[in-house]
This record gives sequence, C-alpha cells and structure tokens, in this order.
Amino acid sequence: MSLFKEFTKGFWKENPVLVLVLGMCPTLATSSDAVKGLAMGLATTFVLLGSNLVISVIRKLVPGKIRIPCYIVVIATFVTVVKLLMQAYAPQAVYQALGIFLPLIGVNCTVLGRAEAFASTNGLLASAADGLGMGLGFTFVLVCLGCVREFLSAGTLFGVSMQCWDNGFALMGQAPGGFILLGLILAGMNLLNMHKAKKAGLKYEPPAEFDCRHCSICKLSTEEPAKTK
Amino acid sequence: MSEEIEKKTVVLPEPGSLVLSTSPHVQDGDSISKIMLKVLVCLLPAVIASIWFFRFNAVRILVYCGAFSVFAEYAWSLAIRRKPTVGDFSALVTGVILALNLPPGAPWWLCMVGSVFAIIVVKELFGGLGQNPFNPAAAARVALLVGFAGPMTQWAAPVTGELVSGATPLGAVQLAKGSKEAMAILGSPENLKALFLGNVGGSIGETSALAILIGGFGLLCFRLIKWQIPLAMIATIFVFSGIVHLAAPELTPGPVYHILSGGVMIGAFFMATDMVTSPMTALGGLVFGALIGVLTCVIRIWGAYPEGVSFSIVIANALVPLIDRLCYIRPFGWHSHSASALQIRRGEIK
Repeated sequence: MSLFKEFTKGFWKENPVLVLVLGMCPTLATSSDAVKGLAMGLATTFVLLGSNLVISVIRKLVPGKIRIPCYIVVIATFVTVVKLLMQAYAPQAVYQALGIFLPLIGVNCTVLGRAEAFASTNGLLASAADGLGMGLGFTFVLVCLGCVREFLSAGTLFGVSMQCWDNGFALMGQAPGGFILLGLILAGMNLLNMHKAKKAGLKYEPPAEFDCRHCSICKLSTEEPAKTK
Repeated sequence: MSEEIEKKTVVLPEPGSLVLSTSPHVQDGDSISKIMLKVLVCLLPAVIASIWFFRFNAVRILVYCGAFSVFAEYAWSLAIRRKPTVGDFSALVTGVILALNLPPGAPWWLCMVGSVFAIIVVKELFGGLGQNPFNPAAAARVALLVGFAGPMTQWAAPVTGELVSGATPLGAVQLAKGSKEAMAILGSPENLKALFLGNVGGSIGETSALAILIGGFGLLCFRLIKWQIPLAMIATIFVFSGIVHLAAPELTPGPVYHILSGGVMIGAFFMATDMVTSPMTALGGLVFGALIGVLTCVIRIWGAYPEGVSFSIVIANALVPLIDRLCYIRPFGWHSHSASALQIRRGEIK
C-alpha cells in the first residue's frame, strides 16, 4: 500500500472513532465544544505520530512477550512531553478544560491499537503516515462532533456566538448527548457504506480484522501471536 | 447397536397433518390499536382535568405533542419504507402522555423536540414498538428536563395561566426544606385536598390525582396493566417518605403529600406500567415498582431536582432485563437446591 493510502485511510476507511470505535472516552468527554476537540485531537495526533515512529524503529528489538509494557512506556513518554508542552505554550483555558483527559491519552486505545496493529509490523515511513493519518482522522471527528454539540448546546462555534439559537439543548453538551450523536453518526455511516456496497452489487460487512475476535490483546497471557516471533 | 437405534427412531406424523406455527398459539380479539384506544380512553379523565385547570395552554400542548408524535412516526415509516404504523395509535398515546408531562408554558418547539425524541430516538431507533427498552414519554421528559431546564420549569398557576416560578408543590417543598413549620403547613388538609383535586401548579396532566386514579382504575378494569406495579410504587413511596418524615420532619412533608404531588400518580399508572418496558412476572412488577418508589423518594428528598419520577422510571426500565432474570417463573418442581448456574432460565439469553 502506498504511503498516501496509509495516510488517508485514517480519515474515512479505518477512522479510529467511526470505524474502529476506539478511544471513546476522550471522544465523548472532550468533544463538548469545538476548541476542546481540536486541542485534544492535535495532542493525540502528536502522541500517535511520535509513538508510531519510535515503536516501528524498536519493533525488532522488543521481545514479543513484553512488547505491550514497552509500547506503553514509549506512549507515556510522548504523553508527558505533550502535556508539558501544552502546559507551557497552549492557552491556559484550553489546558485546564482538557484537564485529566490530557494525561489519559496514555491509555487511549487508538494509540496502543495503532502501535500493536500497525507500527509493530511496519516500517518507519509507513508507520509515520499511519500515525499522522489516524491522528488527523481522530481530530477531524472530534472537531465535527464538537461543532455540532457546541452549536446545539450553546449556540456557538469555536466560542463565537452564531446569533440564531438562544435556547441551548444542554443535553447535547453532556455525555448522553455525545453518546446519542455518535450513535446517530455511526448509524449514518453504516447506512452510507451499505448503500455504496449495494450499488456496487456487494454485501457490506465491517472490516473483520478490527472486531474483538481478531484482537490479540486479551490473549497475551496465554499465547504469543505468531507475527512478532 | 444399529437395531437399538432403529427402535428409538421417532415416527414423525405425515407432512401437512400438523399445523406448525410460532407462538402465540391462543389469540383473542385484542390488537395493538384496540389496546391503545383503551389506553387513550383511560387517559381521558387526565386530559379533561388538564384542560379544566390549564384551559387553552393544555389544549395547545396536547395538540402539538399528539400531532408531532404522529407526524414523526409517519415520517419515520416513510423514511425506512415501512407500512405506516400510525394506525395503531401508539404514537398518539406517547404524544398524549408526553403532553401531560409538560409544563403549561411549554413553547411549540419544546413539544416538537420532545415528541421527535420520544418517537424517533427512544422508540424507532431501537426497533419500533415493542423493542424500546425505555418508556418513550418518560425518556423524552428526562431529555427535555436535562436539556431545556429553563422552559421546562416555567410553571403557570392553574386557571389564570399567569406565569409564576417555583409554584409547584414539590418546588414549595424544596423551598421549605429545613423548616419544620413550613413543612407542616404544606401537609395541611386544605393543601392535600387541592393536591388530590389538582388545583395546583405543575405539569398539565399530573396535577389531578383524582383524574389519574379514575383513568388508572379503567386501565386495571381493562386488564391492561399489572396492579402490582402502581401498588408497589405508591406503597413504597408512602412507607419510605413516611419513615423519613417521622425521623426528620424538617426534611420532607408527610407521605400523603408525596403520593399526591408531582408525577407519582401518572408515573405509577401510565408510564411505569408500559407493557414493553415493565417486567413480565407479577413478582418482577413488585420489585420494579418498589425500585421506582425508592429512587423517587431518594431523588426528591436528597437530590438536586425537586421531582424524580421520570428519572426513576427510566433508571428502573434499564434494570428490567435483570429483574426479569431474577424473577422468572419457577417451573413446577423447581427447588433452590436444583438451581445451578448453568441451568438456562426463562427470559435468559444464552
């Protein structure tokens, strides 16, 4: 697969939120307004890019059995870096609004998922393209969700009043609104994919390698995946 | 060996000599539309009482909610290319119950958002009538209350229609907290009489306990609801708030006040007893009602909101599968010794 394809798959075909459904906690918690979503997305993009790069470099040095702890250490390093950077240079309000969710990037499934599923088996450039694409895809969804939720709950976009909506639907700014909106978007996306597949004369099925049965993380204690030998 | 197997072979009847069909095998003349019409008839007293007390405001809200609910159902049927299900009146029932749960000052768009939320998000997205885990009207009321706290608490005094704030009986309780004398005034016989008849502020349909009791009696006579649910719910609220009242009179008014005020009556008879979202067995109904009662009292007495019936109903709805699993009908010969973790129980998904 070409580098460009590795980069663009994160936006739609294998979007971390909409298709892989990973990293739900930051998605729902930090998409209540667009600025928060953007900041969270960019911070995650930085961590994804950095961790993917480093992990693809060290992938042959790390023994298979302890690879997850090693990856976590790499990810945690980048999370610390981005946290300190944001504390120093990002607007104080944004840094404080993100709060606990900034250090929690370290346990974001998207980051570990990409390390495990992609960077640990692919080269440097491909991993970088994958990390950047996935991160920007994540940012894209967070900003979209943030815009809709912010507009419905407060009538503003990126903090600027739109002057057309005075009775905010406060539910949208809270977690249930995020769940409902995300559910609607997922349903819409499946509908679109089904429609597309029908037009092409195929039956739509979600990509099989991303569901629970094909994930190797739970099996770590009992067996070692064949790939990393 | 082969002879043995041959002896045990089951002889099947001639093909076509048996009628094969899925359950239900015994049918009577009831249909969804008939049941829903009966519910609508039972809602009539509450509707009439709401129009009597809130005049034009009540008519306006009832028409808006009914129309928007039916329209949402029809539009959804068109969108997913299904035969329109408006004819079974279930959308109309949801709309009327939702309307009875709205404050008299509710603007048209509040009715619209509530109806569309109830029909599309709570009911149709889960698969339509019979598949929804939550009562549509209760869940829509919760969504509106959390989403539009301002317009949802614009109370109006009955008859005059004058907009006032904090004029509901439960709002008064919230204000009187901490004062034993104020609580005693709330629990006075004149106050209780007004609560029973419904000449107080509140959502348009929940003020008159008398009208809802008449409708609820109708539901029981039509055998549309389990008597266990309203009984358990009201009895639990009575006992729970009674104990708290005896222990700390400055914290809450007497149990009768709790039963007659707010959405307890309409919740107990019309929302908690929804056939789709309530437990299947009688024992389950008792557990379910008691759970709603306890949650309602806890939210009312110690919570931030003055009223908690709709919240409790939605929370208890979420627990119905668990209640069904625990309160399944024990088959004849069942004994607790013989129950094993591996045994498949009725109502359980394996």
